[in-house]
Amino acid sequence: MTAAPRARELGLTGCHTCGLACAAEHARCPRCDSRLHARKPDSLARCWAFLIAALIFYIPSNVLPVMYTSMLGRGEASTILHGVVEFWKAGSWDIALLIFIASVAVPSTKFLVLAALLVSARRRSAWARLQRSRLYRFVELIGYWSMLDVVVVALVCALIQFHLLGTAEPRLGIVFFGLVVVLTMLAAMSFDPRLIWDGDEE
Amino acid sequence: MTYPELVICEYCDSVWCRSELGDHEIARCGRCRAVLYRASRADIDQLLALTLAAAIVFVIANASPVIRIAVSGMHNEANLLQSIAALSHGSGLIVGLVAAATLFVVPLLQIVLLGWVLVFARARRRAPGFAFAMRWLHRIRPWSMTEVFLLGVLVAIVKLSGMLSVIAGPGAWATAILTVLITLIAQHDVRTLWEPLSARVAVELRE
Repeated sequence: MTAAPRARELGLTGCHTCGLACAAEHARCPRCDSRLHARKPDSLARCWAFLIAALIFYIPSNVLPVMYTSMLGRGEASTILHGVVEFWKAGSWDIALLIFIASVAVPSTKFLVLAALLVSARRRSAWARLQRSRLYRFVELIGYWSMLDVVVVALVCALIQFHLLGTAEPRLGIVFFGLVVVLTMLAAMSFDPRLIWDGDEE
Repeated sequence: MTYPELVICEYCDSVWCRSELGDHEIARCGRCRAVLYRASRADIDQLLALTLAAAIVFVIANASPVIRIAVSGMHNEANLLQSIAALSHGSGLIVGLVAAATLFVVPLLQIVLLGWVLVFARARRRAPGFAFAMRWLHRIRPWSMTEVFLLGVLVAIVKLSGMLSVIAGPGAWATAILTVLITLIAQHDVRTLWEPLSARVAVELRE
């Protein structure tokens, strides 16, 4: 493999914001005035912190109901998985699959992938660097689609407002779920993918 | 010292020399295969046109109802902001704020900041607060979720159509168009606006 030099060896730092290659002695980018870091500060610790917080909130977001609907006096509180099952039973397996992917598969994948990246980066593992790098970009890409359930609950609650005939209200579960999405996004952002390749020169 | 002729991969810290790309070519990192830069330089006229279109569509998408429902003689409709308000009752306030930021405030800021920078760039001038606007455009980008809202609208329509009569309102169509416009805008490498104006003029003259 033709090994390109790495910026830190050459005494360079790439600006995160504008992409300019700057000499490492600059504290701020001369072009856009953003702070420069050879590596994101405390990347592993921050990522773990956001990830663990997200994992803790993930439990109530799945156990607690996300929405309460009452139709003709019959009230019902539904969780995220309950919503998936209902779509499935109603025959719209495609929508059930979509919600399952956005609300269950995406957050779970993020937890597993980020934890694996954190452990392997910590050990400076040389194992499957290219694939791990791709996995990180994949997690970055899919992360925000989990907001889907929040949008659906918001729309349904705004629409079903018929007093006696039927109403829908958001419940605490959706609050936790929204926070899980934000926290996993923050976790992915605080992980520095350059750590995957550190130790590659040796 | 800065080295504009070099490009550093954001994902693995590899250093490469920039080279001219042919049309629609993408420069990828030889170490981690991430995209380094694209051939599509920010075409200011085209980008400004797209941004203005996005601004108009954004107003329509937010002012008109996205879904209308009817059941036994009664009907109701909701737009984006009403949906966010419905979410924000009591303990829902936090998630309501997240939704307001990602579905309304961030896309609005993106359109305003990009439009501001481009109007001046078109007159071959650097906008007041250029660096500030460009920094924030970069920072807020991951938090823009218009396309997720569009998918949410589709799911909500299917969810409700089982028990009520549901139609997509003009806001839903506007959101669909806005998603397309945002995707087109995202294909331009806005970072090339950082290049000094003299360099841009040189490129335009060569073309």
